[in-house]
Amino acid sequence: MSETWEPVIGLEIHVQLKTETKMFCRCRNGFGGGPNTQTCPVCLAFPGALPVPNRRAIEEAIKLGLALDCTIAARAVFHRKNYFYPDNPKAYQISQYDEPLCSNGRLAVPTADGDVTIGITRAHLEEDAAKNVHVAASGRLHGATATLVDFNRCGTPLIEIVTEPDIHDADTAKRFLQLLRQTVVELDLSDAELEKGSMRFDVNVSVRPAGSGELRTRTELKNMNSFNFAAKGIEREIARQIGIYEAGGEVQQETLHFVPGEEDSPPIRSKEEAQDYRYFPEPDLVPVHPPAALVERLRAEIGELPGARIGRIADTLSFYDADVLVTGGLDRLWSALVGAGADAKEAANVLSNQFVAAGVDPGTVNAAELAKLVAARAEIPRAAFDEALSKAGDAGFAAGPYLEQKLVADAGELDPVIERVIAASPGQAEQFRSGKEGLLGFFVGQVMKETGGKADPRIVNERVRAKLSGT
Amino acid sequence: MIDALRLTAEEAKKLLDAREISGAELFAAYAERDDDLHAFLYRCDDPGGDGIPIALKDVIGTKGVPTTAGSKILESYLPVYDATVAANCKRHGLRLLGKTNTDEFAMGSSTENSAFGPSRNPWDPARVPGGSGGGSAAAVSGGLAPWALGSDTGGSIKQPSALCGNVGLRPTYGTVSRFGVVAFASSLDQVGPVAKNVRDCAYLYSIIAGRDANDTTTVEVPEVELPTAQDLKGMRIGVPTEMNEADGIEPGVSAAVRKAIELAESLGAEVGECSLPRSVDYGVACYYLVAPAEASSNLARYDGARYGLRSDGDDFREMVMATRHDGLGDEPKRRIMIGTYALSSGYYDAYYGKAQRVRTMIRREHAEVFEKFDLIVSPTSPTVAFAIGEKAGNPLAMYLNDLLTIPSCMAGLPGLNIPCGLSEGLPVGLQLIGPQFAENTLFRAGHALEQALGFDVVPERLR
Ligand SMILES: [Zn+2]
Repeated sequence: MSETWEPVIGLEIHVQLKTETKMFCRCRNGFGGGPNTQTCPVCLAFPGALPVPNRRAIEEAIKLGLALDCTIAARAVFHRKNYFYPDNPKAYQISQYDEPLCSNGRLAVPTADGDVTIGITRAHLEEDAAKNVHVAASGRLHGATATLVDFNRCGTPLIEIVTEPDIHDADTAKRFLQLLRQTVVELDLSDAELEKGSMRFDVNVSVRPAGSGELRTRTELKNMNSFNFAAKGIEREIARQIGIYEAGGEVQQETLHFVPGEEDSPPIRSKEEAQDYRYFPEPDLVPVHPPAALVERLRAEIGELPGARIGRIADTLSFYDADVLVTGGLDRLWSALVGAGADAKEAANVLSNQFVAAGVDPGTVNAAELAKLVAARAEIPRAAFDEALSKAGDAGFAAGPYLEQKLVADAGELDPVIERVIAASPGQAEQFRSGKEGLLGFFVGQVMKETGGKADPRIVNERVRAKLSGT
Repeated sequence: MIDALRLTAEEAKKLLDAREISGAELFAAYAERDDDLHAFLYRCDDPGGDGIPIALKDVIGTKGVPTTAGSKILESYLPVYDATVAANCKRHGLRLLGKTNTDEFAMGSSTENSAFGPSRNPWDPARVPGGSGGGSAAAVSGGLAPWALGSDTGGSIKQPSALCGNVGLRPTYGTVSRFGVVAFASSLDQVGPVAKNVRDCAYLYSIIAGRDANDTTTVEVPEVELPTAQDLKGMRIGVPTEMNEADGIEPGVSAAVRKAIELAESLGAEVGECSLPRSVDYGVACYYLVAPAEASSNLARYDGARYGLRSDGDDFREMVMATRHDGLGDEPKRRIMIGTYALSSGYYDAYYGKAQRVRTMIRREHAEVFEKFDLIVSPTSPTVAFAIGEKAGNPLAMYLNDLLTIPSCMAGLPGLNIPCGLSEGLPVGLQLIGPQFAENTLFRAGHALEQALGFDVVPERLR
């Protein structure tokens, strides 16, 4: 199937900036206020109100543009996008159109087979809409009878990033999104949390005969709020479109809205309305001319980006380990652990498994102390190790007390326990001796239980086998 | 006794400073006069204090004081904040007499488009005071206010001042904040002063001008100089042929303007001919694409959801349509339709895009003229005040009334109207236009001419 059809995927991502104030007024930008408490004449579109751009937001957009290897415009223009909707009080959204702040960039996405470079068409600033809450006579329901509008989110800053249709499989789309998210988070621009809606994305999908270069009718997938689900949704959509073409049909241009939380049920389809947004340059704002010195200062503030770090770490570990560490925000701690003497592979395993499960912020961890634990992992009881990880971010955390809980490896101490366990299950012992090797685990488990997990499993294994075999 | 018809703001200030009159007496001298001109849509009580009273055009937002922009759709709207210019007036102690009548959303040249009925010309109440700022101009000439603020998009300060016989300045675009002023066409709207003489006009301009952090299109302005010179020595004055010989300029208007130009020469000015052919040919057409386009977007916020009039509808769309149907008059509707069309995809390049390119050309043409001249002059309005109802049924004839004021507005340039004589017993306005930020030059020239002309600003029938 994939030999005859090539998927063509483009992404449009919105990232909510975590600036102190909104994009064009000085209202607080953030969650938490009661409905319509973070509003003013500007974001409520009262007569005569005028926008004043948030300098910080402009700087952050430039920074992201630089991280995405974009050209930063010497002159960028805000445009009005006109449409009537209750969440859009001015009846236009201030956005950017043909002179965006950042354009013509690229993001190299590391994969097991090397980097895949995805073109960034543009990255621009705009303002978010208010939140509509559809309500019935009592409570929130489908088939609503009224709409309430909360303007707290109205006018908060968004960066919109549009990719070229350079992506040809769902996995790369997912990796791109994960890498972009990690980039945004590390630049400290946004929480970029899908569940909170501070990162949102739409996916355009079409398929074409492999090698043809044509662009066929695309569908737009909206409201997919996890990366895994996006990959699944894209794959399903690709298969659906191929199915239509192979049955001699035509793909219709439409939007597929997924219902969050009900992602396995089929999406709601809607025909794409031909909207005329009547874009024109926002006359209330002067063009933005980012000074070259500012752009250079922002460029200097950008550290080694996650994409590059995946490539670098993959030279030491596998690509998959590197990918998990970097997109999980764990690689800096990993580097510190290795620097403090921990084994690279061992440290990666601990971080991407037990450490993630412990839910500790990697930025708060004393790497030197954690490195000691990682090095001694095989010699400490599992329970003690897990407890140590969960405390690894605490102030004054030290490995010492956990290292002291060495495993019991002394045969003299273990043998009486082992003998007792074997004596308690003579039937199983007999079966083992007659060749049922699998029962070894049963006895080891019993011993570990008896010793409260403090026995060294390697030694226990050895001694149980010896005792059962009668040697 | 305070002569509200004649007293200038400067004289009023002297009387107040010398304690010859009280603040309350001064306010009452205007507030107690009967507004038979319908200059005001709303009159305020004396807030106290001893500052000079002022009237503000009803597009200027005033906290807690109704601001309708002459529209039914904002009839119930009470601003929660002051426009920057209103706040500047307050800071200088100026006391609000009331809000003056305007064509709806400042769209018009006669105030006949006000949803609340037209204002009348103090020289002849059967005639219009001009527009859109006819209320402010009528108030100043009718003794209802010593001075006032107007707003000008394509001539809404200069033209009413011409028709009412007083002094009005449309400042350079970007010198006066638009924050809090109900928007008509953002790239053209400018607030400016209306006064009985040039010195008052300059002083009021100094109060409202300057950079405002709430309006990013504003800039710092040169310090305002109150004019004193009686001559025009060294001043190079250009007379654009097309603006002085255009079809439709009434002979009486031409004659008064020609006389004023001769007077300027006798005061020492070097007068020469110049030419602005394309600005005059394309100015009005270009304006009637750019201004409606911006208006169609600016007026879209009046949807009935958050303030102002709301008419019922079964859903949001129906509610918005019913509200706008009931709340907006014919002229805003007409311009919204023109503007929406001009911005539509497929038409943008041919209309809005092209108009913006023509605008650049108009700017350049003016800039070339100002390489040789310090200012240029023409009639402000091709006609004197016309009768109420005379042009109301003919929007095109009304639009052409702004033929001479529009080109410099499109170029963002300052323009001053001073009265220069009478034709058929009605005032004729002389328009002085300068390069960007040349307000001081306009004040100087306007003041010298005003002194030499000796025009009596009090309407004959009220003397
Ligand atoms: Zn706000």
